Amino acid sequence: MLDLDWSALWLSLKVAGWATAINLVLGVALGALLARRRFPGRELLDTVFTLPLVLPPTVLGYYLLVLVGRNGPLGAWLQDSFGINLVFTWQAAVIAAAVASFPLVFKPARAAFEGVDRQLEQAARTLGVSEVALFFRVSLPLAWRGILAGLLLAFARAMGEFGATIMVAGSIPGQTQTLSIAIYEAVQAGNDGRANVLVLVSSLVCIAVLLLAARLAGRSGGSRHDVA
Amino acid sequence: MWLELDIERQLRAAGREFRLQVALACTQPRVVLFGPSGAGKSLTLKAIAGLLRPERGTIRMHGQTLFDAGANIELPPQQRRIGYVFQDYALFPHLSVRQNVGFGLNKRCLNSRRGTRIEAVEQWLQTFRIDHLADSLPAQISGGQRQRVALARALVTQPQALLLDEPFAALDRDLRGLLRQELETVLDNTGIPLLLISHDPEDVRMFGQQVVQLAEGRVRA
Repeated sequence: MLDLDWSALWLSLKVAGWATAINLVLGVALGALLARRRFPGRELLDTVFTLPLVLPPTVLGYYLLVLVGRNGPLGAWLQDSFGINLVFTWQAAVIAAAVASFPLVFKPARAAFEGVDRQLEQAARTLGVSEVALFFRVSLPLAWRGILAGLLLAFARAMGEFGATIMVAGSIPGQTQTLSIAIYEAVQAGNDGRANVLVLVSSLVCIAVLLLAARLAGRSGGSRHDVA
Repeated sequence: MWLELDIERQLRAAGREFRLQVALACTQPRVVLFGPSGAGKSLTLKAIAGLLRPERGTIRMHGQTLFDAGANIELPPQQRRIGYVFQDYALFPHLSVRQNVGFGLNKRCLNSRRGTRIEAVEQWLQTFRIDHLADSLPAQISGGQRQRVALARALVTQPQALLLDEPFAALDRDLRGLLRQELETVLDNTGIPLLLISHDPEDVRMFGQQVVQLAEGRVRA
């Protein structure tokens, strides 16, 4: 009964970790861009970036399949140029999890950058500090609290990703079968004992992430010294 | 003549049109831009520093063209070497006093560590008698001390001019007098030319070797 499937947990952590790392770069960069630059179609872009939050995960999965599948524009290019096939690999699960959790990083990041006093960035400019340097020395440290909260929620969301993942990565035990998919398979197979254990593990991981988030938020709230 | 400008810019704010059309030539080392609030004083200062782009005109400082709409010249604020002190000082809230003062000497992508000491920074901290506050954060010090930090931060980069936006407005009267004297001493010692915004006649008396009156976006003759 206690045949705990560590491979599913490990895979989920790996997929969620990679997805969060990708979103740390893309979500923060695009959040900063939309907060600071005015250009036509800015709010339309914001809507598109927020879409994964409200679209059914199966719709996301379908879009991804169309894009990276064998006949999709990106998939065909990867196949022809590098011989890479993404569908039914753990990397596909990373893409699915990253897309599904992207708005949870992007939205708070944009809000956090908009909350940074523009005059501080102007002051940095008059002091001769370049745009790139002032981003890392002024804007990012002052927006970091809001971004961090988003990153942890995105990690938890990526851990639980199901719909889009099963469509592009499938359910290959030990390879693409993440924790949430393994639970589904266990219930379908009538293996209640295994389902119970996996559900418990999944819940514990999510509680741990949320506790960590609360602790980090509490600590940076008490003192801003660490931020520098 | 250390500063010469002739600029125009149309602005819209809260449904209200505002036309900035300023021409001035600073012939004296200390110049006060005087006028009521909303006259366009801060906008003029921002244009000189490169924080506001005029639609037409030219800005020249010490013979160097900072901006020329006709010739498509626009030096970014980073290359203008102007010491700018904002009305509410704009100190970096996450950095210590020492890190704030040394900010412009470090061009890298990471802030200096808290303990890092640079000779020029330590000297300015002493000049303004804020060396005992070097490890404090801006939120932990008084208004007058913040103003000194902002001045030291601007001066440590050895700017070719100092632009001050209502530097004493946020302070009480006694402190204002003291800080005016400190500023005058620094100006005497460094020889850096000053353009100061104010609507306080006392500033005009102390720093107004030349006074330019501004009203409704235009220079009054």
